[in-house]
This record gives sequence, C-alpha cells and structure tokens, in this order.
Amino acid sequence: MIEHLDSALVNWSRAQFALTAMYHWLFVPLTLGITFIIAFMETLYVKTGDPEWKKATKFWMTLFGINFAIGVATGIILEFEFGTNWSNYSWFVGDIFGTPLAIEGIMAFFMESTFIAVMFFGWNKVSKKFHLLSTWLVAIGSNLSALWILVANGWMQFPTGMHFNPDMARNEMLNFWDVFLSPVAINKFLHTIASAYVLASIFVIGVSAWYLLKGREHLMAKRSIIIAGVFGLLSSFFLVYTGDGSAYQVAQKQPMKLAAMEGLYEGTTGAGLIVLGMPTPGKEYDDNQDEFVFKLEIPKLLSFLGYGDTEAFVPGVKDIVEGGYEYTDENGEKQISLSAIEKIEKGKLAITALSDYKKAQKLSDKVKQEEYLTIFNENFRFFGYGFLNDPKSIIPNVPLTFYSFHIMVGLGFYFILLFVMVLILIFRGDLIDKKWILRLAIITIPLAFIASMSGWIVAEVGRQPWTIQDLLPTVASVSQIDASAVQITFWLFTIVFTALLIAELKIMFKQIKIGPKEGGH
Amino acid sequence: MFESLSHLALQQYWWIIISLLGAILVFLLFVQGGQTLIYTLGKTDMQRRILVNSLGRKWEFTFTTLVTFGGAFFASFPLFYSTSFGGAYWVWMLILFAFIIQAISYEYRSKPNNFLGAKTFEVFLFINGALGTILLGTAVATFFTGSEFSINEMNFSKWEGAARGLELALNFHNLSLGLAVFFLARVLAILYFINNISEEGILSRTKKQLIYNTVPFLIFFLTFVIWLMFIDGFAYDPVSKNVTYESYKYLHNFLQMPLVLIIFLVGVLLVLFGIGKSILKAGTTGVWFAGLGTILTVFALFLIAGFNHTAFYPSTFDLQSSLTIENASSSKYTLKAMTYVSLMVPFVIAYIWYAWKSINNKKISAEEMGEDIHVY
Ligand code: HDD
Ligand code: HEM
Ligand code: HEM
Repeated sequence: MIEHLDSALVNWSRAQFALTAMYHWLFVPLTLGITFIIAFMETLYVKTGDPEWKKATKFWMTLFGINFAIGVATGIILEFEFGTNWSNYSWFVGDIFGTPLAIEGIMAFFMESTFIAVMFFGWNKVSKKFHLLSTWLVAIGSNLSALWILVANGWMQFPTGMHFNPDMARNEMLNFWDVFLSPVAINKFLHTIASAYVLASIFVIGVSAWYLLKGREHLMAKRSIIIAGVFGLLSSFFLVYTGDGSAYQVAQKQPMKLAAMEGLYEGTTGAGLIVLGMPTPGKEYDDNQDEFVFKLEIPKLLSFLGYGDTEAFVPGVKDIVEGGYEYTDENGEKQISLSAIEKIEKGKLAITALSDYKKAQKLSDKVKQEEYLTIFNENFRFFGYGFLNDPKSIIPNVPLTFYSFHIMVGLGFYFILLFVMVLILIFRGDLIDKKWILRLAIITIPLAFIASMSGWIVAEVGRQPWTIQDLLPTVASVSQIDASAVQITFWLFTIVFTALLIAELKIMFKQIKIGPKEGGH
Repeated sequence: MFESLSHLALQQYWWIIISLLGAILVFLLFVQGGQTLIYTLGKTDMQRRILVNSLGRKWEFTFTTLVTFGGAFFASFPLFYSTSFGGAYWVWMLILFAFIIQAISYEYRSKPNNFLGAKTFEVFLFINGALGTILLGTAVATFFTGSEFSINEMNFSKWEGAARGLELALNFHNLSLGLAVFFLARVLAILYFINNISEEGILSRTKKQLIYNTVPFLIFFLTFVIWLMFIDGFAYDPVSKNVTYESYKYLHNFLQMPLVLIIFLVGVLLVLFGIGKSILKAGTTGVWFAGLGTILTVFALFLIAGFNHTAFYPSTFDLQSSLTIENASSSKYTLKAMTYVSLMVPFVIAYIWYAWKSINNKKISAEEMGEDIHVY
C-alpha cells in the first residue's frame, strides 16, 4: 500500500510538524492562562468599582492581544497540515480524528473570536456586566479549544472507541463517548491546562517583579502578584497531581514511552524513580554498557507510581523489544509479551491479509474474503508494526525523552517553591526589598516555557515511531510529496515564524516598558 | 433524533452544511477585498487607519470561518481532505502562508517597535487580500474542472499533477473564478465601508471604485458561469457508482433541481441590486443585499457541484477515482454524531449576531480613533 518509503520525506515532514507545533505552543499556554487572570481582575473591578483594577485588566489585556494574534497565525497551519503533510494518516483515521477538530471550530474558536471583539472594542459600548461576561467567555472558549485538540491528541496516543472497516480501509468511530472521555484524553487536558495556568502565572509575576525592581506601578504589580501567585500555586498542585495521572496512563498504555522517560533499558521489579541522572551517551539497547553514568533514585517509586504496587515489574526498552515478560492486559488477564520481531511479522500478516481481502472482493469470492478477514482481525492489533522492518525502529530517542521529562518535573517542583516564597513575602510586605527574588522571578519566565515545551517533547518524541499507537507509524502516515517541497516549506516556516516571533517579542517588551496607561489602552 | 436518517441523507445534509460554510466564507472575504483597497480609498494616514480598523474588527471572523470550514470538511468528507490538501500541496501552502501573515498584521501594524515596520504589515494585508481570494476561488473552481489524481484500493491518494497544485492556478477557467472572487471581494468591501464608516474623504471615492470593480467582476463571473453551463460534467451512476462524462451536466443539474436554480438566480439578482442601489442612490444598505446574494449564489454553485449524482472532486486523470459525497464521506456513525454537533450552529450564529450588534451601533469615524479603546 506504500510503494516506497522515503526516509528524507518522513524526516522533513516530522521536522516541519514539530517546528510548527512548537511555535504554536510558544503562544498558546499564555493565552490559556492569562485570560483567566484577566477575568479575575475584571471581576474585582466590577465588584469594587476600583479604577485601578480596570487599569490592571486593560494592561494585561494588551499583552494578551499581542500574544493571541501570533497564536492564531501559527494555529491555522496545524489545522491543515494534517491534510497537506499527513494525508494517509488523515484518511486512515479521519473518521475519528476530524470530529474533534470540527467541534473545536464550531464550539471554541467562534466563541473566542466573537467575545474577544467585545472585550477589546466594547468597553464604552456594552454594559459592565456584559463586558465581564465576554471576558470570561474568551477564557472559557480558549480552554475549550484546548479540550478538543487534546482529545484528538489523546486518541492518537491511545486509540479507542473505533474499529477497522476493511471495505473502506480505514478506522471508523464506534463510540464518541469512548473517544471523548478516554482517560488519556482527560488527563492530558487537565495536565495541559494546569501547566498553562502555571506558565501564565509565572509570566504575570515576572513582569510585575520587573516593575517592582524599577520602582514603578507598585499597586498594580502587587495586586497582580497576589492574584497570579494564588492562581499559580493552586494550579501547581493540580499540575503535579495530573502529571502523576499522565505518567500512570503512559505506564499502562505506552510502556515504551515510560521506559524512555526513565532511561530504563533493563526492566526490574521494584523499579526506582530517577531524581537526577545522566544516561550513558551512545548506549544501544542490546550492548552491555551501563544505563547511567550516574544516577540518584528513590527506590521502588516508579513501580508504585506506574502500577500502584511497589514490587510491580516495569519493563525496560530491551524487554519490550525482545518480549517474553508477563503483563496484565486491559481485561485483567495475564499475558506474555511478544517480541518486536513477532509483532512485525503479525503486522505484515495483517497488511497482506487486507490486500488479499481486497483482491478477493474484486473477484466476489465470499469464502476467501471471510478467510482473509479472519487472519486480518486476528493480527490487526499489530497492524502498524507491519510497516516496520527493524525491531530497533520501535525505540524512541531515549536521552531526549529522559532529559525533557526530568527537566519538566524538576522545574515543576521549583515553581511551587517560587510561588510559596513570593506569596509569603508579599503578605509579609517585604517582597520589594528582596531584590534577588524579584530577579529570580524574571528569570523564571523562560524556564516556564522550557518546562512546558519539554512536556510536549516527552509526549510526542516518546511515542515515536507512532502517529497512532501500534496502528500507524510516521512512515505510513506521510503524504507522498517530494522531500524537497517539504524542505522548502520547512525553511519558509522557519523564516516567517522567526520573523514574527521577533516582532512579537519586540512589541511585547515595548508595551511592558510603556506600562499601563491611565484609563488603560 | 437523527437515528432514522440514512447514510445518504446524512451525506447530503453535510454537503449542505459545507456548502453553506463555503458560501458564508466567500461573503466574509470582503475583509480580504478591503485589504487590497487601503491605499486606493485611503489617501491620508487617518483614512487608512480608519479603513484598517473598520476591517480589523471583522478579520478574525473570516479567519475562524476558514478554519471551521477546513475542520468540518475534514470531519465530514475526510477523503477530500486527504486527497486535496496532500495533493495540491503548493496551492494550499500558499493560501496558508497568505493567512499566516494576515493574522498578526492588524495587531502589530500600529504598535511601536514592531520590527518590520507598518508598511510591511500593510503589504502583508495586501498579499493576503489578493492571493487569498484568487487562490481560494481557484481551488473551488476545481470542483468543476477536476484535478489529476488517483486513489488506490486502500483509498490512499496519489497526485499526478507535476506542479503539486500550481498547475490548477494556470488553468484559464479556474483563474476566471479566482479573479471573479477577487473582484467580488473588493465590491463587497466597498459596500461594507459605505455601511460602516462615516468619513467624507473615503466615502467620496467609493462610487467610482465600485464601478471599476463591478465591471471586471461581472466579466470574469459571467465567463465562468456561461462556460460552466456548456461543459461536460462528471456524473456518476447511482447504482454502479461508475463515473462518466455527461454533456451539459451542470446545466442539467440546475434544470433538474429547479429550487437550486431559483436560489442561484435570486442570489445573482440580489448582488446586482445591492451594487446598483449603491451606485444610483445614496443608501448604505447595499452590503446586506449583495452579501446575502453572494451567499445564495455560492451556495447554489456548491450544490450543483455535489448533488444530483455529480462527483464534487473529479479526477481527470482517472475518472473512477473521482470523489463523490457518497464515497468520500465519513461513516454513518460519525456523520450522525456530527449532526448533533451541528445543532449548536444556530446558537453560535445568534450570539455572534448579538455581540456584533452591541459593538457596531456607531459608525467608525476619525474621532473614535482617538478614544481610549483598542485601536489597530
Ligand atoms: C509548565 C509546564 C509543566 C510542568 C511544570 C509539568 N508538566 Fe508535565 N507536561 C506539560 C507541562 C508541564 C504539558 C506541556 O502540558 C504536557 C505535554 C503533553 C501533555 O499532555 O502535557 C506534559 C506532559 C507530561 C507527561 C506525558 C504525557 C503523555 O505523554 O501523554 C507526563 C508523564 C507528565 N507531563 C508528568 C509531569 C509531572 C509528574 C510533573 C511534576 C511536577 C509535570 N509533568 C510538570
Ligand atoms: C502544541 C503542542 C505540541 C507540540 C509542541 C508538539 C510537538 C511535537 C514534536 C516535537 C513532534 C516531532 C516528534 C518527532 O518527530 O520526533 C511532533 C509530532 C507530531 N505531533 Fe505533536 N506536538 C504538539 C501537539 C500536538 C497535537 C495536539 C497533535 C494532534 C492533535 C499532535 C500531533 C502530532 C503529529 C501528527 C506529529 C507528526 C508525526 C510524528 O512525528 O509523530 N501534536 N509533535
Ligand atoms: C496542545 C495543543 C493545542 C492547544 C492547547 C491549542 C489551543 C489553541 C488556542 C488557545 C488558540 C487560540 C489562539 C492562541 O493561540 O492564542 C489556538 C489557535 C489555533 N489552534 Fe491551537 N492548540 C493546540 C494545538 C493545535 C493543533 C495541533 C492544531 C491543529 C489541528 C491547532 C489549531 C489551531 C488553529 C487553526 C488556531 C487558530 C484559531 C482561530 O481562528 O482563532 N492547535 N489553539
């Protein structure tokens, strides 16, 4: 079904998708979080009538507007890239995957863009209450868009609620609710919005800290820090909780990703959680090098977090490639895992059976059709493996996944500390004197972006080579275009997005320097 | 509620929704048309500023409609999505680039320290206005002219046109629809400005521009439509699903679906009435007539492209690969689920209407640009 596999094409397509998704994600989390902070502030303005609150609301709204515009610019490309660059994928799962995208447009994007207009242009035209409602709807609308896109992404990590229709040669939806309410999707959504709230809180605290250092805008800065500090701290706890939930889901559904996150090559019972470590550079799964140059671990914690049992067996990369370990399947039954080679063989059986089924169908040979369909159904679980040839190709980039995961988690705990310190100091009234912590707050802004981006690298690099877990690898998802065409668009995106990013940053810094205007902007 | 609908009924329902979205999108392209007129109608900085702000409150709406159009097409006819987007790669990429550079231009154009300079952002707006309309029109025209692709037994598509879609933009008939959309967008923009702005300098130039743009619009539009009535179309047999050429297919579609013909004719008349009214009399309501007319006309064109056993995305390379609303659609279950989702649409339209009314009660003027509100 795929005539030739062009690895340059696949790699450029992946690079392009990663580039555009990461650019989009530079702006989205700030939007998701700051809209709520703005809504809190405007609520206080409407409640108290204090014009200082209005000033603060308008100031953060200006920064939001600058960020939002480029978020939209980078978003449109993703929506269509599934078609332009992953067209086989789009057919293979479009019956399921298209639905959340369509709902996102109808339900979320219109809400966001309509009420943004009221929020920006309606100050003197609509009632205070309606304006406030609009601001809240912008926040809710943007978070709804996160919901639907993450349902789509969650489904790719854990395909459920569907079956394969051999006549159409595609997956079809069987149950919308299974797709929508899948535990992976829900966890992903909650963890991601929590991370966005944390990021936006850090942004607001950092910018406010700069004003305090400069001795400007005291009242607005202090009030902003209190709101963002409380919001950020609460969100942080939720972030850790849902992060743990995500890790649990990964352990159940994507054991290879979990092994990569922890740099675990040889599985063990009672596996520990690495706090700090350095995976041995250049290690292959089947050589005898040690896994780590050094490591610091909490004993038994990984087994406990992943399986709720301190003695549970956690398979490593090698176990998953070579098979033969015991695990419990979704029906609670004990199974012995297959090796990658066996899975590849079964996958090829499924692919061949499907094409034989198609041939038999053309000849209207009902008996043969049944026969091939049976073979196909028996092996369908491994369908995606059939496109692979090398057992090693099921291993993602372990060091990248490992470091990204540990940077994210480490920073997550650091953020909690920062929120706590800032809140204590501001309630004691001496935050302004602690110059070092104000400086620290400013430096933390880029760290929040790094943590957030690392999370996506864990999620997306860790699931390689799959676009749809076990069913479709990237090589089989790609549109058949000349690699050179994708290369050109890749560079075009790099140039255009980078230029826009520079413009955004310059405008943003300038607006922060200008500060809130009397009566707002 | 929709349990009893057949798969075919759902496919037709979704083709209607897609057609409606496409029609509304073409109307909303007036934002793009307006972007190509900023220097033509605005001679002073303040005038240009007014024009940009008048469009700036609507651009996101066009943009969101485009995104939703894409999403809804993906969800309801995924085979079209995978075939066309993955196939006509360059045309879609150019369209996307044209929209990427639009999205930041309003917000960044007048901000201090904006790196590229106000002029660059105005050029971005112009490129979006010209390229966006012409290429979208071209892409829609391929519903009638066809493209070169094949689809194998696994429903994976392969594009045979060497220029990955650019060949489509060089086809005269595609281009004439593209240019018709371009000039129509400018006409609608002028009518919108007349309705939305109270600044004498700008208004004094609108009438002449209205005539200058109506004439080429009519020429390109009539060229396309008349040609369309005489060509062979892509028909498929309802039972065997075999695709064949049928002479005068699109004319037949109009005649066999008289309601669609009526919609089309009423649409065209409304457009002409809206334009004529604004040229001959002073009124400001022309945009409503021409806008509704545009929606009806485009809606009817989409319907004759996909209904009455017509292949809506024909392949001239391999007739049997042509896409029809029956072979390109989602499964019955998905279409049904999506149909429940579509119940939200009237609600969405209602709040958009309400929100717009509440901030549009005053025309845009020079005074407002100085007030303490968000201006571009
Ligand atoms: C400010 C950003 C941030 C911070 C501090 C954290 N996360 Fe996170 N994490 C994300 C931002 C993020 C994210 C960007 O939102 C991701 C990417 C994909 C996803 O679902 O959420 C993510 C993914 C992600 C995944 C992978 C999910 C998957 O592959 O489907 C796991 C296991 C965790 N996180 C776990 C944690 C834990 C245990 C944390 C402890 C403090 C943590 N994260 C802090
Ligand atoms: C906005 C946040 C996101 C970021 C930063 C991100 C990041 C990445 C990265 C780094 C890759 C490349 C992995 C590799 O090739 O090694 C990738 C691939 C991909 N991601 Fe994401 N991703 C994001 C969200 C999503 C979402 C929400 C979806 C689906 C709805 C998605 C679908 C894909 C697809 C289809 C690929 C290409 C195939 C592949 O290489 O796996 N991504 N993403
Ligand atoms: C974690 C993943 C994602 C989240 C949370 C997310 C969320 C958002 C949000 C909040 C916006 C509003 C604009 C802004 O960024 O400020 C937006 C815009 C957009 N996003 Fe994403 N997005 C994600 C990934 C994607 C992906 C994978 C796609 C492609 C399918 C996509 C498509 C779009 C589009 C088309 C827009 C423009 C919307 C408009 O017209 O208003 N996003 N996204």
